[in-house]
Amino acid sequence: MPLNVEIVSPDRTWWSGEAVSIGAPAADGDLGILTGHQPVLAVLRAGVVRVRPTSGEAITMDVDGGFISVDQDSVTIVVDPTTNEDQASGEN
Amino acid sequence: MAGQQRVYKQKIKSTQTLKKMFRAMELIAASRIGKARDRAVKASPYTRAITRAVSAVASHTDVDHVLTKDRTDTNRVALLVVTSDRGMAGAYSATVLREAERLRAQLIEDGKDPVLYVTGRRGVSFYGFRGIELERTWLGDSDNPRVEVAEEIGQTLLDAFRAPVDAGGVAELHVVYTRFRSMVAQEPQVLRMLPLEVVDGVAEPTSEVMPLYEFEPSADAVLDALLPRYIRSRIFNSLLQAAASELAARQRAMHTATENAQDIITNYTRLANQARQAEITQEISEIVSGADALAAS
Repeated sequence: MPLNVEIVSPDRTWWSGEAVSIGAPAADGDLGILTGHQPVLAVLRAGVVRVRPTSGEAITMDVDGGFISVDQDSVTIVVDPTTNEDQASGEN
Repeated sequence: MAGQQRVYKQKIKSTQTLKKMFRAMELIAASRIGKARDRAVKASPYTRAITRAVSAVASHTDVDHVLTKDRTDTNRVALLVVTSDRGMAGAYSATVLREAERLRAQLIEDGKDPVLYVTGRRGVSFYGFRGIELERTWLGDSDNPRVEVAEEIGQTLLDAFRAPVDAGGVAELHVVYTRFRSMVAQEPQVLRMLPLEVVDGVAEPTSEVMPLYEFEPSADAVLDALLPRYIRSRIFNSLLQAAASELAARQRAMHTATENAQDIITNYTRLANQARQAEITQEISEIVSGADALAAS
């Protein structure tokens, strides 16, 4: 079962869809998430979020901060609005 | 008596021009409402995610955070009033300002010292006229609030709440804005935003059980990152609601104005016709009486 991913900022949803894996820059070190990950709420530092969707090319996105919540294979990444535009390459 | 007719014609002309303007403003407002509501919809996943996370943390740990603690060291309280930049929106600004004034009077009565933060030109001129000092104002974009502005407002207010007394710290934050209930109903709303009252499962009537989260790096750190975002997203949300309300109020006001203009035009057209007819009648009677006088002589 793939991960259900949503990347949101205050004014829009950047990306949503199904993914195989996610890499996120958590405060204490990068966090890799596969299906069946235990529920976690982590603060993000500035860095790059990587999403490997079930189909199509991998997505990378620069973030300035935010947090990530993982809960029963549904992942929500909340990014701060200062994140640059046109960063989400491969946006569908 | 041709003067009378000319006056009526002029009035009809100018009312017609006004009517066109009202109609245009009504249409503009109507087209923007869609966009404003769309923005509110787009913002809701973020708000939902934050709210969920806050309640997740709240249900796991005893929330003890600067933003949830009552401050007793100062009696200054912040008041954020969300108004519009432009008028022509019926009672929109008046309603929200009346509510703000009511709250301000009550706060003063409670022995507090309200500090005003205002968005929108209408509010600024309202308080400027009354000689009431404003701590900080934001102008422009009231019908299309941008995230950056909301962030700035949120940050300013959070800073004020965290600031020590001698640096102008405030003990509470109240927000007065207009809630968009529907196209025909918008109501002024007063919210006490700070200090936060965290209740388990904040505003989430869900039956699903909150999973046991692991917090990274720690529950406190997560809360530290979450709560300011929560406040900022609430402020952004109230700006969006106010924008939608403003546009709806403007559309309705302009619709009424268009109808009233049409009424005036109809009235003046009748009067103009009457004046024309009176003129003709008078001319005929003058000719007839002239001819009578000639025939008699």
